Amino acid sequence: MITIENLTKAYNGVTVLELDHLEIPKGQAFGLVGNNGAGKTTLFSSLLDLIQPTTGFIKNGEVKVHESEAWKAYTSSFVDESFLIGYLTAEEYFYFIGDLRGQNKADVNELLAGFEDFFNDEILGKRKYLRDLSKGNQKKVGIVATLIGSPEVIILDEPFANLDPTTQFRLKGIIKELAKDENVTVLVSSHDLMHVTEVCSRIVVLEKGKQVRDIITSPATLKELEHYFSGAEAAAAVLEEEEE
Amino acid sequence: MFKHFINLEWKSFFRSASFQTSLAIKILMGLGALYFISIFAGAGGLLFFGLEKAGLEPLQTVNQYLIYYMVVDLLARYFLQKMPIINIKQLLLLPFEKSKIVKFGFGKTALSFFNLVHPFFFIPFSVVLLAQGYDPLGVICWHLGIMCLIYFNNFLNVILNDVTGLIVAVAAIFGGFAAMQYYEIFDITQYTGAFFQGMYETYWMWLLPLLAAAIIIKIAYDYFIKLLYLDAGLASKAQVASTENLDWLDRFGKLSTFLKNDIKLIKRNKRSKTAVIMSVVFLFYGLLFFTGAVETYDNNFMKIFAGIFVSGGFLFSFGQFVPSWDSSYYSLMMTQNLSYREYLDSKWWLIVIATCVSVILALPYFYFGWQAYAAVLVGGIFNIGVNSHVVLLGGAYIKTPIDLTSNKKAFGDKQAFNMKTMLLSIPKLLLPIIVYAIGHLIVGPWLGYVLVALAGVLGFAFKNAVFKKIEKIYKTEKYSTLQAYKQK
Repeated sequence: MITIENLTKAYNGVTVLELDHLEIPKGQAFGLVGNNGAGKTTLFSSLLDLIQPTTGFIKNGEVKVHESEAWKAYTSSFVDESFLIGYLTAEEYFYFIGDLRGQNKADVNELLAGFEDFFNDEILGKRKYLRDLSKGNQKKVGIVATLIGSPEVIILDEPFANLDPTTQFRLKGIIKELAKDENVTVLVSSHDLMHVTEVCSRIVVLEKGKQVRDIITSPATLKELEHYFSGAEAAAAVLEEEEE
Repeated sequence: MFKHFINLEWKSFFRSASFQTSLAIKILMGLGALYFISIFAGAGGLLFFGLEKAGLEPLQTVNQYLIYYMVVDLLARYFLQKMPIINIKQLLLLPFEKSKIVKFGFGKTALSFFNLVHPFFFIPFSVVLLAQGYDPLGVICWHLGIMCLIYFNNFLNVILNDVTGLIVAVAAIFGGFAAMQYYEIFDITQYTGAFFQGMYETYWMWLLPLLAAAIIIKIAYDYFIKLLYLDAGLASKAQVASTENLDWLDRFGKLSTFLKNDIKLIKRNKRSKTAVIMSVVFLFYGLLFFTGAVETYDNNFMKIFAGIFVSGGFLFSFGQFVPSWDSSYYSLMMTQNLSYREYLDSKWWLIVIATCVSVILALPYFYFGWQAYAAVLVGGIFNIGVNSHVVLLGGAYIKTPIDLTSNKKAFGDKQAFNMKTMLLSIPKLLLPIIVYAIGHLIVGPWLGYVLVALAGVLGFAFKNAVFKKIEKIYKTEKYSTLQAYKQK
């Protein structure tokens, strides 16, 4: 579904991302892990054509993302709060996204009905604008909005961060459900090794912009990752850069 | 400890994204400040002689109207002066005394442009008074009293900023007084004028403003100390969401999605509401031109100029900043399945609707003759046909994120100001005047108006071609726009 070819991104001569070749087949639940500054958000941003790669390209489906905009029709994403419209209520936001994705109010309501648990009664019918919601609740809204209109590619950057434990469990359930669907490719990045190994069938580890591991998830994967990152701790300490 | 604050302020100023953008802006801002200062200074110096020539006692006349000066000052502050904001949250946990934080904030407002500009008026005026043989001690007392009142306003505004109702009341009351004075029912200036005159004549009356200023500072101080808690003054205020039914817009098809959103954008955010209020103010701008109140404005060419402004208030105050209104969620817009065309179309329609409304609201200008209203009407046509395109084109180059929830930048968006947008704003005003001039000089005013209207219709005919071009520019500018919007 997604092909990354010779992709590099450099800022002022410093290369922050360098991927020779990476292919994500349709239907895969793909996990991306790495320390701060490893290039996870940069990768997702280039995938969404929000930043321009220095060299190389990314193909989403049949189109190169920087040449055609056709991928937007079947791709949805939530990267950060700049994907939310602060002055709308949650419902209005969902309907707005629905409108853009060709879903009428009834369609959206039907989808939302399935997430009552996930929302934990804190989102819908609250007469609150998104900007006044807590970070965790904002995230819930953003994540559910990516599911509107049955997209084929779903990109979630750090979906587990800021969520309370109960919601994390529920989110894992949601992602697992998506992963079962052969037509849906899910891309998730996270700092939480346990969550990623649980929901993803394949995990790629980035370090300083380079791919250092490509693992098909098995029961041994968590141990392997833990081992890797405890060894990399010293290296990570050098990387003081804070990534939001 | 103050050293730390000043150091922080210094860094936040010089390291801000906006500061690093361009030197040209700073120079222009500096020139602007100089312009105001010289106007104030010139007015202060020359006012005396002007009044004397008109056969009025200068000091008494100034004192008579001083109350309105003060009220206007307060209103101007309310809308334009920024509150003393230091990044307080981070400081609360550090070993700073709260009183120090508040005092520093107060010190900052005390040095605000809104305070410093007044001496440029009053000092020359006082100097002239002294030179003309007024009692020196009296003049000094009077001068000190005025300064105290200015600072009284400053700190009153600090408190008033949280209470919208009060400022409306103040404006209404003094608007009422002004009206009553105009119709000679009741003249408040008799009493206030006597007081201000008293500051000169008695050597003790200026102590009253001093006392008032001291009291208001004390009140403001206590007020702020109490607010320095996360759940008090530092909490962002949550609004109760209003829901509105905008289904009637559905008839616009796909466009309605954006139109609905834009209307919510305008209604629910301070900043955009201010833009709309400004566009209403523009409606009255024409009075300066059509009434003949200002001599240099009283000619046909300037009337076209006025027509453009009267009908284009919304275009200038809102349209100018497309797409920055959507800056806080621009990444969303760029990843959703939408076309630039629909997005731009929606903004364009908003501008068209607002322009039409302005033209209708401007009907009373008929009172000043058909030419006045014709200027507004053809100005409106030109705005829709030509200027709306220019504004949207300029938008592609404006890369200033707009913080929708804060109000105070309506005047000071210095980042929004760059050479490209400057150049693009020239045709908006100059072109219609030139077109008018051609018609006016060949045959007469009516041909001028017809030509301006024709230019507008012509621009309208090219809408598709122009929009394609604009779309292209938006696409090429996309990455740098996204990046710029990330910097707050």
